[in-house]
Amino acid sequence: MIVIEGLRKTYGDLVALDSVSLTVPAGQLFAYLGPNGAGKSTTIRILTGLTRIGSGQISLDGYDIVRQSRDAKRQCGLVPQQANLDNELSIFENLDVHGRLFRMSGTLRVRRIDELLSFVDLAERRDDLVKTLSGGMKRRVMIARALLHGPKILFLDEPTAGLDAAIRRRIWTLIKRVRQDGTTVFLTTHHIEEAEFLAERVAFLDRGRIVAIDSPSRLIDRVGAWAVDFLADDELHSEYFPTRDGAERRLVTLAGPVTIRRVNLEDAFLAMTGRKV
Amino acid sequence: MGGLLAIYRREMLLLRRRFLRICLGMSVSPVLYVIAFGYGLGGADGGQRYLQFLIPGLVAMNSMTQAFGIATEINLSRFYLHIFEEFQAAPIATAAYVGGEVLAGMTRAGLAVVIIIVIGGLFGISLHCGPLFWLAVALNSFVFAGLAVWTAMIVKTHADHSMLSNFVITPMAFLGGTLFPLDRLPDWAQQILMVSPLAHASRAIRATASAAPCDWRDFAILAVLGVGIFCAAFRSVDRARD
Repeated sequence: MIVIEGLRKTYGDLVALDSVSLTVPAGQLFAYLGPNGAGKSTTIRILTGLTRIGSGQISLDGYDIVRQSRDAKRQCGLVPQQANLDNELSIFENLDVHGRLFRMSGTLRVRRIDELLSFVDLAERRDDLVKTLSGGMKRRVMIARALLHGPKILFLDEPTAGLDAAIRRRIWTLIKRVRQDGTTVFLTTHHIEEAEFLAERVAFLDRGRIVAIDSPSRLIDRVGAWAVDFLADDELHSEYFPTRDGAERRLVTLAGPVTIRRVNLEDAFLAMTGRKV
Repeated sequence: MGGLLAIYRREMLLLRRRFLRICLGMSVSPVLYVIAFGYGLGGADGGQRYLQFLIPGLVAMNSMTQAFGIATEINLSRFYLHIFEEFQAAPIATAAYVGGEVLAGMTRAGLAVVIIIVIGGLFGISLHCGPLFWLAVALNSFVFAGLAVWTAMIVKTHADHSMLSNFVITPMAFLGGTLFPLDRLPDWAQQILMVSPLAHASRAIRATASAAPCDWRDFAILAVLGVGIFCAAFRSVDRARD
């Protein structure tokens, strides 16, 4: 379980996070959605101990991240946005060092490494140097490493950034399987489909503030069910309607290229913040 | 202790992977110094007397540079590979991180000293490598490995660290009593240069390498400096979180 109360973080005059409060129940897959610079990575960095907390309180599985930082860190696995593996070491060696950092015993370490490499479908590459792996494989190694010590909470910072569609789907399947094992998953993303496909609850973050938290379907329902896109003054505009009939009635009144489609999370974000994700 | 050993193990895995390259790299400058200063500028005896003086100086100099070299690894892991974040997110004490990196720096320094002893042997110079000799080497590398961690956490880019090395480590290497005896300099210059930990290390290593009586104050100064720098490194790692 993740509990954040009144989190604020500033860098000089810049307010990176302001009055962020949220609770993620145990076992939930939670997505933190916002454009670049909204404060998503800053939140994850604070939660995982990479950046100092400004003000506010955070507990991870009941452990305060300041007063009980080592206990709190033991509950967490982190897959950062940038690959942070030792390229000159093998996959096994990278995972082995991680297991030692979390004080796992030798036999448990080796067993878990083998289990997790099978889980991410890299068992046959166990002794290969990391520098020989593709970007998608490296991301899978990072997921295996983050899960090695059996964390109760998994933090994924833009887990599919820079990956092609096929690899992205594969990573999503892995994340769903992690969630099925009862692990709480906290995911930052600016991919709409990622949040819609994976998350049970989504928070919209804009300029360091949470503007809405709910399930993807309820967030969408706040805007409408159908959208009509049209060009006006050389700009793309969208209007939202609760029913398809309403959308179609509007459609016939418009000239030029017009489309009708289902409302998605991006529409909800745009409607609530005035900005695109 | 588990965290310290994990950090140390990672550095040793990297050392093992690059062992041949690192050993060859560690051999180049001592061989050049021996040829240029020993044979090239040496006296009528083919430079043997000067080599007897020079080799312990090279031990001091190279144990310093190799121990300080751990800063490059830390900078790489911090600014380019981002592995430092893996350590920050792990439930280990800050002291374990500093201790693991310092121990890795000391191991590299020890390896460099073994290489110099072998090179010295090939040129007919043998050193008395007793426990006090190794204690002096260990204290010298402890000071500079701690300095490496400290400075690697303070700098904002790897280029900053290279500049620091040019302005601090290189002058110290030449003026720390490694290549010539400091007592040939005026008193005021000697007093200034004795502020450098390397001057004390050179004196202690040279005395112990020739089984001559050594000044225990050199050991004490290195030990106190080493502990002080370790504490500064500890504080800098914690502050590096922002």
